[in-house]
Amino acid sequence: MPRIKSKIMDSRAIDQALTRIAHEILERNKDTSSLALVGLRTQGVYLAQRLAAKIKELNGAELKVGIMDITLYRDDVRGGILVPQVKETLIDFDLDGKKVVLVDDVLFTGRSIRCALDQLIDFGRPKEIQLAVLIDRGHRELPIRADYVGKNIPTAAGEQVVVRLKEGGGPDEVVIEEED
Amino acid sequence: MQWRHKDLLGLEELTAEEIDGILEQTRAFREVSQRTVKKVPALQGKTIVNLFLEPSTRTRASFELAAKRLSADIVNFQESSSSLAKGETLKDMARNIEALKVDCIVMRHASSGAPHLLARCVKASIINAGDGAHEHPTQALLDLFTIRDKIGKIEGLRVLFVGDITHSRVARSNIWGMSKFGAKVTVCGPRTLIPYDIGSLGVNVSHDLSSSIRECDVLYLLRIQHERQRRHLFPSNREYARFFGVNESLLNGARKNLLVLHPGPINRGVELSGDASEGPQSLILEQVTNGLAVRMAVLYLVSGSGES
Repeated sequence: MPRIKSKIMDSRAIDQALTRIAHEILERNKDTSSLALVGLRTQGVYLAQRLAAKIKELNGAELKVGIMDITLYRDDVRGGILVPQVKETLIDFDLDGKKVVLVDDVLFTGRSIRCALDQLIDFGRPKEIQLAVLIDRGHRELPIRADYVGKNIPTAAGEQVVVRLKEGGGPDEVVIEEED
Repeated sequence: MQWRHKDLLGLEELTAEEIDGILEQTRAFREVSQRTVKKVPALQGKTIVNLFLEPSTRTRASFELAAKRLSADIVNFQESSSSLAKGETLKDMARNIEALKVDCIVMRHASSGAPHLLARCVKASIINAGDGAHEHPTQALLDLFTIRDKIGKIEGLRVLFVGDITHSRVARSNIWGMSKFGAKVTVCGPRTLIPYDIGSLGVNVSHDLSSSIRECDVLYLLRIQHERQRRHLFPSNREYARFFGVNESLLNGARKNLLVLHPGPINRGVELSGDASEGPQSLILEQVTNGLAVRMAVLYLVSGSGES
């Protein structure tokens, strides 16, 4: 059973981090007409929707939010009886010429983002791709970095960073868990 | 979801949860075919053999396209050009195919149980694409998916199968699948085309289409299989069409939101009239689209089962 080692963020801290990221996205992308968000299932989608709501509050722009499932692009070998649940990718707008901000909860090895980049490029030819994450926990295995980070957390490789969000049925919190 | 099998041989041996898991995955695979780039790298590096020892175009093409959309490599073996024609046994052929290091064999055979035999003697995953009059699991999965996609559930639906039940692996797989989800299945056709013990599968039997059609939610027409009609089980196509063929006027007596399915290819004017096959109730082309998605889901499912 995993044991909670420490609580890193509560609802307020998550909200503040997202507000700051929304400001940073608007600061860097003055022209919002070609801007779009794509959230990675499952938590990244909730975060992307929250960011879109904040950006609308700040600047009135209504950004399109795409939903991406990366399962079919993963390169880790499957084994055993557990089959990953594949879900739909729903991007109902043209990516060509868009500035796309990918949104995920935790940036770790960078492999999920590699999958997302590959898939995004199969969907169209964005002008630019940026990356926003709530948590950057280090231990990168690929040359990938985030443009917007809610919080940097130094972790040991064996620890788990767990993000829970209200949309997924939990309280809003980020905790570090450890195997006993 | 969990998947404990090496092969997919039939729906009889699957639980409702396992079938439900496949249907849930299918939706995501259908979305892949709606993209501009209709290809994902999920099965990159996997090798699949299409071993079709009985004529088939659409199922073979459907599996081939499914494999290609998942980036697997696929090789087609056909009866006319295969070594079976030179006298090789099925087991030897399968072992030779396996020596080519394939991961999965999709097999169609005229004898019931042939894929089961193969599954026991090779390590590769076997997918049954139709064995004799036994099972055709991916057809039933795509039918279940298509119905559930339209109505939202299978439980409690009244499903009427019409036609040659005796020779139909499509009907058998569907009866297994639908019964597991709690549908009420009735089979209808001339007495010569309905096995006397079909009731042991838990279905009702009818010989009167015009009355049974009024009391069903899903009408599933089976193809009259002329190639299996050597014994002349009914007098003529015209007589069959008169008593068991479905046309617009018969459909007018049925429920308004009745769904009409057919596994294809249609014998127009025999089991189904042209106007009825193109009517608003017909899901025949959706079945074809969903078939591709189901086969992608099944290939993805078994492709992980050989490891660890």
